[in-house]
Amino acid sequence: METKKNLNPELDHLLDDLMNYLDEIITQSKDKPGALIPLLQEVQKKYGYLPKIAIKKISHDLNIPFTEVAGVVGFYSFFSTTPKGKNVIRVCQGTACYVRGGNELLSAVKSKLKIDVGGTTKDQKFSLETGRCFGVCGLAPVMTINDEVVQRAKPSNVGEILKQVKE
Amino acid sequence: MVTLQINNQSVTVPEGTSILEAAKSIGVKIPTLCNFEKHEAKGACRVCLVDVEGARAPIASCAMPVNAGMKVQTNTKSIREARKFVLEMLLSEHDGDCKVCDRNEDCELQALAFEMGIKTIRYEGEKTYKHIDDSTPALVRDSGKCIKCRRCVTACAEIQGVGSLFPQGRGFQSIIGPAFGDDLNTVACVQCGQCGAICPVGAIVEKDHIQGVWAALDDNTKTVVVQTAPAVRAALGELFDYEPGTRVTGKMTSALRELGFNAVFDTNFTADLTIIEEGMELLSRLKNVLVDKKPAALPQFTSCSPGWINFVEFYYPQFIDNVSTCKSPQQMFGALAKTYYAQKIGIKPEDMVVVSIMPCTAKKYEAQRPEMATNGIPDVDYVLTTRELGRMIKQAGIDFRNLPDGEMDAPMGIGSGAADIFANSGGVMEAAIRTVYEIVTGRELPMEQLHVEPLMGLKGLKKASLTITGTVPAWSFLEGVEVKVGVAHSLSNARLLMEAIKQGETFHFIEVMTCPGGCISGGGQPRFTDDSVREKRIKAIYDEDEAKTLRKSHENPQITEIYKEFLGEPLGKKSHHLLHTHYHLKDDLKSDK
Repeated sequence: METKKNLNPELDHLLDDLMNYLDEIITQSKDKPGALIPLLQEVQKKYGYLPKIAIKKISHDLNIPFTEVAGVVGFYSFFSTTPKGKNVIRVCQGTACYVRGGNELLSAVKSKLKIDVGGTTKDQKFSLETGRCFGVCGLAPVMTINDEVVQRAKPSNVGEILKQVKE
Repeated sequence: MVTLQINNQSVTVPEGTSILEAAKSIGVKIPTLCNFEKHEAKGACRVCLVDVEGARAPIASCAMPVNAGMKVQTNTKSIREARKFVLEMLLSEHDGDCKVCDRNEDCELQALAFEMGIKTIRYEGEKTYKHIDDSTPALVRDSGKCIKCRRCVTACAEIQGVGSLFPQGRGFQSIIGPAFGDDLNTVACVQCGQCGAICPVGAIVEKDHIQGVWAALDDNTKTVVVQTAPAVRAALGELFDYEPGTRVTGKMTSALRELGFNAVFDTNFTADLTIIEEGMELLSRLKNVLVDKKPAALPQFTSCSPGWINFVEFYYPQFIDNVSTCKSPQQMFGALAKTYYAQKIGIKPEDMVVVSIMPCTAKKYEAQRPEMATNGIPDVDYVLTTRELGRMIKQAGIDFRNLPDGEMDAPMGIGSGAADIFANSGGVMEAAIRTVYEIVTGRELPMEQLHVEPLMGLKGLKKASLTITGTVPAWSFLEGVEVKVGVAHSLSNARLLMEAIKQGETFHFIEVMTCPGGCISGGGQPRFTDDSVREKRIKAIYDEDEAKTLRKSHENPQITEIYKEFLGEPLGKKSHHLLHTHYHLKDDLKSDK
């Protein structure tokens, strides 16, 4: 695939690196059935999100329409097409958390960070996402900051919780 | 075979048949808004519910294969209520206003709501996300009207092999659209409009040119001429309650005159011209390769179908030189109307407005391509679909069914039978063979009714070969040459043909029509088109051809006249300036799909 124009200017400095990496992982899994999702996961793991240009290349090399790959990316909340902040906050919206105030918790985080779900703060410090059950319903409502679970989180404590997160 | 009972009636159908199809075979209609033709059922709309004895809940009949001994009821109180409820749920989200909707005349959702006796909207819920996408010259998408049936996804991916529409996102927020919910002009859409042709609602329609055409007709300073493609005359009647396959050429001509067009011409005229130019181009490419040992791109591809041109540009750019340099008949007509005809009647090209009536949405795109202008003036100004013409005729209060048969005007109103068959798959190739064979051998094509049988019909990919013998001296280099041709309709079949060519299969000439069965079921034709309608329209076209004494493009007297009076010779300097073009590579970001 020839690509003259970069869809993700923030990637200019590592474009070659990204393309080489994609060539490598696509060659390994290209002919296996169901290669698409694992490939997307690998890219997201390495870069923190899915640059459009990477999606385009995967679509091209796997011979799946770009629009269809985009549909897969958009279906799974795990995938993101925008760069993430240093710390990813996920607020659980599963049933147990929801009935114990998960929604109010989410509102508090949103207003504190002044971003919406899927957004990243201007200083790149935080990204906000939601999840559907983290498997600790007994501690509801929960949120995670990176890999750490914050249990029985209260909207009134949100400011304090966020203050403790590293720069 | 499997035997089951539907409404206490025994029915035997092949294994794997859906309940919906089995019911249809005995005349029991089950409503559906997502299932169509033979495409795999998606079970998306849930309207086709039936009761199956022993099942714990109503079943979507489109997606359920029959079992031996199954007992199905399609018309119980609970089924009627369940279907009605599903439809009410769809209506609660549907952000449309029937009074001002393009599909007011043929909306399947509206028709079904009427049929089910829905008198009030019981559930006023949150509406589907509304965004109007008019980013392309051919199509307008309204996400608010979309009921997410996914027919367009099937048409785009499976029929056309393009895949520019797919569900984006999930749940209530999901939309059916191009990647990431962006507009159509950000993806490799070929603008064929097959999505809009099978859309049950008004979510995808053609871009309106009716207002522009009325304005031109109302402007006394403009001379407005109209051309009609052959496929239109085999389908327009359907908009006035004629059976599919009724030929209405004469009434259409009269209607156009009543609408106020200054001259009513025939795209068939330039279809004949295309055969002369494209046929000579093929012969000159063959001569380059066989005699002069010069390189020439073979096989030559037909260039009449603008969706196909887009497809080559997006997906097979390495084959761009194979595309015939001939403009399509629509564009050739426009170029000649604004030069040859304008000179004849003594007006300036800028005072002329050329309107096309086309079975096609992609023609709206083609008309505004930068390549399709002469001295900065577009060859064609407005393109109306068959459906839009039907609407204009109704707006004007014309009693279409009682119109007398009219005749088209000179000097661009005569078309041969060979031009008529441009409307269906295999037709352009047959028309070319009728003429080229006669040029090369001096004899008429030795086939019954001049038809090339293997190239006819709805098979997706058709091939034929013809060994040329008894050539006249000028073309003796073709003596004994086996000329191989390939014909495909629907772009998924074109892709198969292209892959075969890439693998080294030899062809000399390739015809591709973008839409299933050719232009007769183009994206601008009356809805709803399935194979039975296609077959009837194809038959009408062959009837139109066979009813003429003029069956070959090179015998068209107006063609002889225009070469004598204006163009000079085929592939001559004037032809190159007006009738030929070169296509360019597209923006590479889209070309990668």
